[in-house]
Amino acid sequence: MTDSKYFTTTKKGEIFELKAELNSDKKEKKKEAVKKVIASMTVGKDVSALFPDVVNCMQTDNLELKKLVYLYLMNYAKSQPDMAIMAVNTFVKDCEDPNPLIRALAVRTMGCIRVDKITEYLCEPLRKCLKDEDPYVRKTAAVCVAKLHDINAQLVEDQGFLDTLKDLISDSNPMVVANAVAALSEIAESHPNSNLLDLNPQTINKLLTALNECTEWGQIFILDCLANYTPRDDRESQSICERVTPRLSHANSAVVLSAVKVLMKFMEMLPKDLDYYGTLLKKLAPPLVTLLSAEPELQYVALRNINLIVQRRPEILKHEMKVFFVKYNDPIYVKLEKLDIMIRLASQANIAQVLAELKEYATEVDVDFVRKAVRAIGRCAIKVEQSAERCVSTLLDLIQTKVNYVVQEAIVVIKDIFRKYPNKYESVIATLCENLDSLDEPEARAAMIWIVGEYAERIDNADELLESFLEGFHDESTQVQLQLLTAIVKLFLKKPTETQELVQQVLSLATQDSDNPDLRDRGYIYWRLLSTDPVAAKEVVLAEKPLISEETDLIEPTLLEELICHIGTLASVYHKPPSAFVEGSRGVQHKRLPGSAGSGESADSPDTGSAAGVSEAPPAVIPSQGDLLGDLLNLDLTPPTTSGPPPAPSSGMQMGAMDLLGGGLDSLMGDESEPPPVPQRTDTPQSPQLSHQSPSPPDYSPTELGGDLGGSPAMGAGFGAPPTAMPASFPPPVSGGLDDLFDLGGSVGMPMGAYSPPKSIWLPAMKAKGLEISGTFARRAGVIQMEMTLTNKAMSIMTDFAIQFNRNSFGLAPAGPLQVLTPVGPNQSIEVALPLSTVGPVMKMEPLTNLQVAVKNNIDVFYFSSQYPISMLFVEDGKMERQVFLATWKDIPNDNEAQFQIKDCHLNSDAASSKLQGSNVFTIAKRTVEGQDMLYQSMKLTNGIWVLAELRVQAGNPNYTVSLKCRAPEVSQCVFQSYEAMLKN
Amino acid sequence: MIHSLFLINHTGDIFLEKHWKSVIGRSVCDYFFEAREKAVEPENVPPVLQTPHHYLISIYRGKLFFLSVIQTEVPPLFVIEFLHRVADTIQDYFGECSEGVIKDNVVTVYELLEEMLDNGFPLATESNVLKEMIRPPTILRSVVNTLTGASNVGDTLPTGQLSNVPWRRVGVKYTNNEAYFDVIEEIDAILDKSGTTVFAEIQGVIEACVRLTGMPDLTLSFMNPRLLDDVSFHPCVRFKRWESERVLSFIPPDGNFTLMNYHVSSQNLVAIPVYVKQSISFFETGPCGRLDITIGPKQTMGKTVEGLMVTIHMPKAVLSANLTATQGTYTYDLATKVLVWDIGKLNPQKLPNLKGSLTTQAGTPKPEDNPSLNIDLKIQQLAISGLKVSRLDMYGEKYKPFKGVKYLTKAGKFQIYIYMFIFLENLMSYLLFEWLQCVLKHSI
Repeated sequence: MTDSKYFTTTKKGEIFELKAELNSDKKEKKKEAVKKVIASMTVGKDVSALFPDVVNCMQTDNLELKKLVYLYLMNYAKSQPDMAIMAVNTFVKDCEDPNPLIRALAVRTMGCIRVDKITEYLCEPLRKCLKDEDPYVRKTAAVCVAKLHDINAQLVEDQGFLDTLKDLISDSNPMVVANAVAALSEIAESHPNSNLLDLNPQTINKLLTALNECTEWGQIFILDCLANYTPRDDRESQSICERVTPRLSHANSAVVLSAVKVLMKFMEMLPKDLDYYGTLLKKLAPPLVTLLSAEPELQYVALRNINLIVQRRPEILKHEMKVFFVKYNDPIYVKLEKLDIMIRLASQANIAQVLAELKEYATEVDVDFVRKAVRAIGRCAIKVEQSAERCVSTLLDLIQTKVNYVVQEAIVVIKDIFRKYPNKYESVIATLCENLDSLDEPEARAAMIWIVGEYAERIDNADELLESFLEGFHDESTQVQLQLLTAIVKLFLKKPTETQELVQQVLSLATQDSDNPDLRDRGYIYWRLLSTDPVAAKEVVLAEKPLISEETDLIEPTLLEELICHIGTLASVYHKPPSAFVEGSRGVQHKRLPGSAGSGESADSPDTGSAAGVSEAPPAVIPSQGDLLGDLLNLDLTPPTTSGPPPAPSSGMQMGAMDLLGGGLDSLMGDESEPPPVPQRTDTPQSPQLSHQSPSPPDYSPTELGGDLGGSPAMGAGFGAPPTAMPASFPPPVSGGLDDLFDLGGSVGMPMGAYSPPKSIWLPAMKAKGLEISGTFARRAGVIQMEMTLTNKAMSIMTDFAIQFNRNSFGLAPAGPLQVLTPVGPNQSIEVALPLSTVGPVMKMEPLTNLQVAVKNNIDVFYFSSQYPISMLFVEDGKMERQVFLATWKDIPNDNEAQFQIKDCHLNSDAASSKLQGSNVFTIAKRTVEGQDMLYQSMKLTNGIWVLAELRVQAGNPNYTVSLKCRAPEVSQCVFQSYEAMLKN
Repeated sequence: MIHSLFLINHTGDIFLEKHWKSVIGRSVCDYFFEAREKAVEPENVPPVLQTPHHYLISIYRGKLFFLSVIQTEVPPLFVIEFLHRVADTIQDYFGECSEGVIKDNVVTVYELLEEMLDNGFPLATESNVLKEMIRPPTILRSVVNTLTGASNVGDTLPTGQLSNVPWRRVGVKYTNNEAYFDVIEEIDAILDKSGTTVFAEIQGVIEACVRLTGMPDLTLSFMNPRLLDDVSFHPCVRFKRWESERVLSFIPPDGNFTLMNYHVSSQNLVAIPVYVKQSISFFETGPCGRLDITIGPKQTMGKTVEGLMVTIHMPKAVLSANLTATQGTYTYDLATKVLVWDIGKLNPQKLPNLKGSLTTQAGTPKPEDNPSLNIDLKIQQLAISGLKVSRLDMYGEKYKPFKGVKYLTKAGKFQIYIYMFIFLENLMSYLLFEWLQCVLKHSI
């Protein structure tokens, strides 16, 4: 007699029959009927019609029957809320039952019924159960709070259940503690800032005690919770580590990995010379190795995490290479992960073994795996120099197998080897050329063409080879086309006499017959370069290429740090920060490893860092590349000259173009493995203009060439329409404040110095490949300055900094180049002050004081935007004559008047006046009416806009009123914000 | 936490679903089916999948997929461990974990799932605790139940869940008190073409079957505990005593359980019990090849190797095999290209040999993928690492139990890379082949 009979197909009238059975008098028949109902439910049949009949069976002494009915209720209560109310009384009664099992069962089931009306009735029984004498009931109730929170978060807070739950962390029973932690963790996930799990040394101690005694699952919750704690010092850190280490021997791999997470994080705080540090490192290896003998699914997750651990602390597993050798019957997803880790662990000591293994893998059946193995051989060659020769010969052996995809993959990696070790292995080129015909994948074809072009002088028939590719030029993918174009130009520069025809052919194919803007642009650049100055062309096209780096696929250090804090979670499996994929990313906080003891520089704890960022109006990093295209056009690459008058249009264009060619071309041409740093600038928008030019190579001077490529659209826009922010009646911008820097008739110079906001992070390192920029604006001695701290959080040196602004509301532009004279080493910061002029191109921004900035260094170009306080723009001669003030005040229509309140300001009117004067807000007159001081003030913006203000200060009242009048009412809001900032500073 | 569970059979039918929070529609499984389709082999389905609103974490056990749906950040290992625990529990209750068995006991399975998770939080996963609340079916009980109307559900509080030893219930009574331990070791090894060990390690496990009255406190000690590189214990084992004295001290769960897993890694010398002389060759021009395999004992510590079986995944181009075995039988599966040679007991006086010709498809290029050779074997009464239990002491109870320890060594993932020769011409090659055979015999 088995349950499989319930799986028979639905007969006609089955529901009817069940109904009859449910209402039967016989207990046994009833139970059998409920069982049938449950079975139908589990396979997804709809038996909700039986709701009233099943609920009728609820009042029974038979525990099994009760449980079955509860199961049914949980499934269908949602669809029949009114009927479900019928069950409430029984639940409430069961919560008072003398048997704790029944009490727990009732409160547990009630929590699973997601019907609002029932939830209301749940509160009282739940409150009792949370304080029940029986720990089994308490621990069930703890989870029930999480359930309730999921259904109605507000209710849980109002009823004070969260506090009760927090109290349960100190419960005497470890299981109750574990469940309370689990429930709080789940609730905390939807309230990222609620600080529900307030961890302090006392609670930590309680958790560590409970850790030893609770179930394996409880241990996972507690360990994950511990990982969020930041110990006060290295001694506390060590004592926690000591108490967590025994968990590494647990049979449950999730416990092991969570313990590894805690240890990896807290280890950061231990001084490296401590004996215990070394012991701990040794203890971490065996459990990680053991994880690899578990089921394949567990292995996969373990391997993804080991991949992170190996990058952060390679010393842990450096002797364990062999456990990552691939077994024949490993699932493919395990094989690929193991291969990745093998390469990371490859070193001079073990390279021979690794290569022998990789060669074995390259003859396996699975195509993906074979490809990755071949690629891995290439990576070994690049990583371990001593092995390069052996790797190359292994690859040659593989090419001899003539297996199509193996050959193609091998050629792609050999190209990289050439890049790393130039002029060493060129003897193999002949072998490679034999396989030219069998290449059908774009990447392999492109690699082969690159090799032919790069070594054209050593390949006798290079022209024939390239010509053969040229026949089907238009059918090739873009990658191959670009490569072919470059290769033929290289060939031409090396053997000009015999290849003139070929180069003509490819240039006309690229420029005239192609619709691809990238290809066409590159074609034109080459064409003009060749026709203008072949020597320069040679320098550019055949320039020496930088060697490629050893580890190309390392995770960026800040991301890696964050991922280490998330070991064992989904983030660690995807190698992405949780904010990148967790649904809705409910304010997931970025976690960072704690700084090690003694290193003072990381004194700013992660929390204060992020908090400051939030309160400070977070720097809006310009989102997507797509939106940027328009803005980019307006960015002129070179800073205008330092002198006052705006640069002549032609000079701006010229310099832009020079920079473009100098900085962009060499990388644009020689190498396709790394994206050129400034690809956008030669992109689509210019091409319509270019295509107007005649394709024949005329004698263009560099100036004209530059004009086409770089600046003209930008300039056209920049000098065209007047800025919309300014009414036409206003005078044109005054050219620089140099002549009349100080209003001599005005007041005492600068009593207090202009207001300058504290520095905030504009560009987080996460978004800029390790470059972090924080900064502020200040006005010093009449010059607006942008003061920045550049911090290098990447692993390589940063050089060649340059800065550029997008057009902005007040024409702010760098008045000189960015003065970063020395390279910035890893973990080094540098302070820069950049003087700004206000004579740049103007475009109204939203918000008005928004400034979009591009910063370039040797790595890439980064974009961010920041807002400057408008008070930076108040010029020193902003003091108006009394009469003029009065006349202007009357003249400006009342519609333009804006009134604001400044709250909680405890200055008297005189102090306020002198404070404001520091920022060039001049008080012209003061009137006192009925104990209220009225200050009349004026200020002038760099573009000549006057702003008039009336500030009312009442003695004893901390709230000020400001009325602003201005012909350009858009600025009022910003001015008001500055007022507030200036006064409260 | 864990939101829902779907059980999916080999053909892709969902035959059981359980939701611990709100109901999630079956359509969420479509993402899984897509991945299943792509992976070709069911073993190759990635265990963690991301869909627009959920994560799908699955395991593949007994030709069934256990697919769980989660919505928030949950440690994936936690979910995978739990799914394996579900499969273990089903196995424990019903003797096997298969679609048929689950369907036969669907209501019990459903009750079990309900007890194992509450709102996605694990509740009771210890088989002792579960068995107290939901009794496993026995033939006798189901007969009695039908006669008396009694139920399978226990009505007592699962005492073990709260005590300091949650794995053991109180009041256990036996007339025969016995404690048996099985030390089982699996050799994972990769040997290269010349028979040299590329990689070898031993995965060991101590399975216990303890039926003792009351609350016994056991201490198990080894002759040579320092052999063990890494250990993981059942929660009952006191870690402190292991750290300080290298003995296993514990209050055992009742019945069958895994006391400890251990690992003897490649740093120590791992004995390889057999050697294999093998060669497979193909002729560049003709549609045939040759195969010759001999197996002999290497380091068996004087014990007999049993259950010997050789599995070879042949290159795709091999159509059929015409072989003779001096011992045992062989089969060649044309569809999967797997050659299985079931040898049985290894007789050191008369080494088993498998020899003959292979047919490849005429006109196709020579095979390009290397075959691989996997070995299965068993050695009774031997732990190949040399681990030995020295004694078992019992405290806390007065009676004398029966004690016993058994040892068994098995091949785990035991794999040998194969020689594959490609010859240019038939006659020359035959001579060359014979010559190579000679070389090989001497080299090993």
